[in-house]
Amino acid sequence: MGERLTLVEAVRLAIGRAMADDDAVVVLGEDVGANGGVFRATDGLAARFGSGRVIDTPISESMFVGVAVGLATQGFRPIVEYQFMGFLYPGLDQLANHASRLRNRTRGRLSCPMVVRAPYGGGVHAPEHHSESFEAMVAHIPGLRVVIPSSPAKAYGLLLAAIADPDPVVFLEPKRMYRSTREEIDDDGEALPLDRCFTVRHGDDLTLVTWGASTIETLAAADALAAEGVTADVIDIATIKPLDIDTILHSVERTGRCVIVHEAPRTGGVGAEIAAALAGEGLTSLLAPVARVTGYDTVMPLFRNEHHYLPGTDRVLAAAHRSLEYA
Amino acid sequence: MRREVASFHVDLTSYVDADGTATADLPAFASDPAELATMYRAMMLTRTFDAKAVALQRTGRLGTFASSLGQEAVAVGIGAAMAPDDVFVPSFREHGAMFMRGVEPGELLLYWGGDERGSDYARQRHDFPICVPIGTQAAHAVGVALAFALRGLPRAALCTFGDGATSRGDVYESMNFAGVRRLPVVFVANNNQWAISVPRRTQSAAETLAQKAIAAGITGEQVDGNDVIAMRAVIAAALDRARSGGGPTLVEALTYRLTDHTTADDASRYRSDDEVSEHWKADPVGRLRDFMVARGWWGREQEEHLHADCTAAIEQAVRRYEAYVPMPASSMFDHLYAVLPHAYERQRDELVAGERSGG
Repeated sequence: MGERLTLVEAVRLAIGRAMADDDAVVVLGEDVGANGGVFRATDGLAARFGSGRVIDTPISESMFVGVAVGLATQGFRPIVEYQFMGFLYPGLDQLANHASRLRNRTRGRLSCPMVVRAPYGGGVHAPEHHSESFEAMVAHIPGLRVVIPSSPAKAYGLLLAAIADPDPVVFLEPKRMYRSTREEIDDDGEALPLDRCFTVRHGDDLTLVTWGASTIETLAAADALAAEGVTADVIDIATIKPLDIDTILHSVERTGRCVIVHEAPRTGGVGAEIAAALAGEGLTSLLAPVARVTGYDTVMPLFRNEHHYLPGTDRVLAAAHRSLEYA
Repeated sequence: MRREVASFHVDLTSYVDADGTATADLPAFASDPAELATMYRAMMLTRTFDAKAVALQRTGRLGTFASSLGQEAVAVGIGAAMAPDDVFVPSFREHGAMFMRGVEPGELLLYWGGDERGSDYARQRHDFPICVPIGTQAAHAVGVALAFALRGLPRAALCTFGDGATSRGDVYESMNFAGVRRLPVVFVANNNQWAISVPRRTQSAAETLAQKAIAAGITGEQVDGNDVIAMRAVIAAALDRARSGGGPTLVEALTYRLTDHTTADDASRYRSDDEVSEHWKADPVGRLRDFMVARGWWGREQEEHLHADCTAAIEQAVRRYEAYVPMPASSMFDHLYAVLPHAYERQRDELVAGERSGG
């Protein structure tokens, strides 16, 4: 029997498992050693594996992603921890110009098996720069994978898959879910697929598509709809890049209606990509316009007002009702 | 009360002056005519390559190209000092070192000719390819050095960048972390005095670029980058120090860019011919030749033979380069990931279908 773990504990379990199974796996980032990371995702790992494999770096985000590139070319599998996604920008240069391209640049001679982990998203009353969601920005970079778990079990399985993957993976952890729920997890080393959506609830009348912490409000909306006699497919896309559009298309073929929910700003968001795919490949199935319930194209407000920004259950429900009004 | 708590100095090493005259006790390898002839050939090959590559670009047979004219001793000193097991992490102006480490001139032409296969070196499998984003490669070298340190291997990484790159945080961040962990890495700043059009004096108020190492707690020193004997000696010592746990070094190689930044640049817009002519007096190739001629180790016959030999080698490289048939369009998907995700197979199929229908 597995233990009932939170999402952050599942992350720690997966890293520990990967480090125990493979000497090439190392962790680097700010405060990941004795301090165990600002969210304690690496708690105890330095004591268990030593400071040679759990490496505290100076506050140099561009440098430590670049160092991971160098390590990866030598057969290591570095896991880089960012404290918050809002501080990813300096390292974007290394991600976009090197980690994602070195395999292609050298026709496979050198490659970058590495994971860049970053807590992301709002809802924890954090200071400025600590609450944004810009998964679409990294998903736009060719050669990367972008993964977002929405539960402890998915965090465990998807992170193991990301660490084992031969290419660079940006692994975004919805910090609002770090300690909000527990799930039973067997530490069996089983990885989940990196190119598949998860249908977390099955229904016939409507398709709700989401990822990360927005699964909470989306599932709550599905509950409310069920009480009204309306059943919804709820799809957690999990792998933002590459996107498994087939699962979404197949669902919409049955339901004819789709509401996409994400925290990130609307313009150029991953929701736009899904809506475009539905318009391009699923138009004849659609009974209603594709709806998006998203963060606004504004600066993420400081936390007194962040609840107005984050898509709530009421907004998801209202969009679902509008969709269902189309005959 | 005020008192001095730290003080620093920066040394400059040179062995042979601009006339080819020895000014100090020479390192052992400098008394071996064969060693010097090897380095001289590498410099001449580099100069021949640069001239040919520029000519190819001017006639539409190559893309934008960055010549290393005047800086051959920097690259060749590095190439001569590095061990095969070390890892070279270059910028884009060090072909002399790359050739010495097994990269074929035809491969570099292929790279500058717009083909990724030009970085898939047949005989050099572990060095990094050319890096265009300035200074970003310094962190890669530190990562490679960290890998060696974690495994306890007696190997070192060496990265090069220009004077311009020392203005970037990447370079400082990399030196800083390398210093903290005393990693086996050598940073070489190829100070050719110009970051495209911005001269050294307006890039930084620092008296030397070597002193940028001091803030990172690592060794910083200058070397006459037009004196290939000094270059090799200083780099070899820095590599030895790195491999034996002595920590990283920043070497500032003082040289001069005798031509445009790249073929897309026109240096006459921002510097005078007089300035360039003045620096030709310190030409590194002529300096080593004068040094060898004065010792009776080199003469006109060898010089003519070498010119013919280098010209033939580069002509052969051009023939190889021009014999490459472009890769199929779908090749852009071949090494995007280890295994192309299903989601992108469709895009590749679209491209292949378009190619077949002439679209």
